[in-house]
Amino acid sequence: MNPGLDLSKLTPIELRLQVEELLYAYADVLDNGLLDDWPPFFTSDCLYQIIARENYDRGFPLATMLCESQAMLRDRVTAYRQANVYSPRYFRHLISTVRIVGIESGIVSARSNFAVLQTLVDDKTRVFLAGRYEDCIVIDEGRLRFRQKLCIYDTLHVPNSIVHPV
Amino acid sequence: MISTAPDYRWPEAGSSRIPYWIYSDPAIYAREQERLFSGSSWNYIGFESEIPAPGDFKRTFVGERSVVAARDRDGHIHVFLNTCAHRGVQFCRHSHGNAKSFVCPYHQWVYDLKGNLVGVPFRKGVQGQGGMPEDFDLASHGLVKLKAETVNGAIFATFDQRMVPFRDYLGDSMYHYFTRVFDGRGIRVLGYARQIIPCNWKLMFENIKDPYHASLLHVFLVTFGLFRADQKSDVKLDPTGRHAVLVSRKGEQKATEGTAEMRSFKADYKLEDPRLLDPVKEFPDDATVVMQTLFPNVIVQQQSNTLATRQIIPRGPDRFELVWTYFAYTTDDEAMVRRRLRQANLMGPAGLVSVDDGEVLEFTQDGVKANPTMNGILEMGGRDRADTAHMVTEAAIRGFYDYYREVMGL
Ligand code: FES
Ligand SMILES: [Fe+2]
Repeated sequence: MNPGLDLSKLTPIELRLQVEELLYAYADVLDNGLLDDWPPFFTSDCLYQIIARENYDRGFPLATMLCESQAMLRDRVTAYRQANVYSPRYFRHLISTVRIVGIESGIVSARSNFAVLQTLVDDKTRVFLAGRYEDCIVIDEGRLRFRQKLCIYDTLHVPNSIVHPV
Repeated sequence: MISTAPDYRWPEAGSSRIPYWIYSDPAIYAREQERLFSGSSWNYIGFESEIPAPGDFKRTFVGERSVVAARDRDGHIHVFLNTCAHRGVQFCRHSHGNAKSFVCPYHQWVYDLKGNLVGVPFRKGVQGQGGMPEDFDLASHGLVKLKAETVNGAIFATFDQRMVPFRDYLGDSMYHYFTRVFDGRGIRVLGYARQIIPCNWKLMFENIKDPYHASLLHVFLVTFGLFRADQKSDVKLDPTGRHAVLVSRKGEQKATEGTAEMRSFKADYKLEDPRLLDPVKEFPDDATVVMQTLFPNVIVQQQSNTLATRQIIPRGPDRFELVWTYFAYTTDDEAMVRRRLRQANLMGPAGLVSVDDGEVLEFTQDGVKANPTMNGILEMGGRDRADTAHMVTEAAIRGFYDYYREVMGL
């Protein structure tokens, strides 16, 4: 992408646009089934969690999905493609209320809301998960990447299974 | 012509057939609530460590009925119906918390931590007018109380006040496996996962009593030898057939005579980050998987180092809530806790194994609900319910239906 990207040289508006573009590009990849392009949004030593808000708020460490490296993200992609059984579906991510909540030693902390709509066979489109992303974003190999992405979902009961990343 | 109305007669072949009307019929569902969940059964409630201090409470369900488990000032645990004795309000709306007493919001009747009614506003009237009759007795208008028993940190409750002790309810063999995991060590909750699976609750039990499917459906189990039909295994039932345990020992990712018929076996499937599958031995025996189904509402899971209870809460004939409580032992070191959390990826609503089950159970409900007069076939491994030293059997499902039919009068 842009090898010259330097966080300290960006104005707040520019930074915000960069982060929004990252989030929207991320949603685009997921919603269009381009899962090979999903792991490269993360650093190699990333932490990715889909975690119930109930656990997060109460300090319970359990995540519904936990990936502790980019390699584990790729393992999830392989499982989605080759291992798991599920009915066909569409996803649609709606991401809003993007806010930069801090920058410290080259790490941008950003928070945003998400709603994921799921469309299943023989059914209407329904809200699948709603919640917020808590992201730590860094510059890695000249592009913005998630070093940490927490997908904290409010939804008390997951409608059946999370077969696909959020 | 095929009739679509059930006649409530079980097929003549007995428990080797399952009539599909039992998965969707509202009258059957209502009878299950009454005879199974509210009948003579010990229902899983949770762990003592979820309510460690006086006043701590947890809200949960026995069948569809909401109950509260609370610890009183003397440290005793009480389980009572979350339904006000006055007009039926479900007064407790928080999943957990700490309370001195429970006050129903509607007319503010007050209950203590044992479920006794201790206060009724305007009982003596206001300015000499109104009030409850003189002979209104607080003591006889408490909440409906369940009988509770704790077993090595796990709480069970029943509506049947004359229920036999939990140990007798399980029988020796099932009690052995239960106390293998709940061996008296402290239980540390790692977190919860909750999902709604759109199928009849019994299908979840059948799934965990059915080792036959695991070697065919689950690429993860089959490929990595986590649970596979060609490994040394056991299927055991209690004398009534209502409880069961599936036991197995880990094998390897290599083709055997048995894997030939397993389309799910993938010899070249690899994990890029193998930390996910890094189990360590932690129990005295050599079993690496023990899946126990305890009638009527809980599954106790040990798969490698991931431990969990899965509580079944029916939500109508065609869906149920599955509550996973993942736990560790208080004596675990940090590395073991991390290992358990990592292996938790195998199970739960996003589990590399259990996603397959949730989906297939939904497909099952879609098939059976439209065809209530058809029957399922349960003949793998014969037609009886004897224990076996292999997993090519549906004996544990047949055992479940032997007991089910007896209690349901079917
Ligand atoms: S309904 Fe609970 S106090 Fe009246
Ligand atoms: Fe399964």
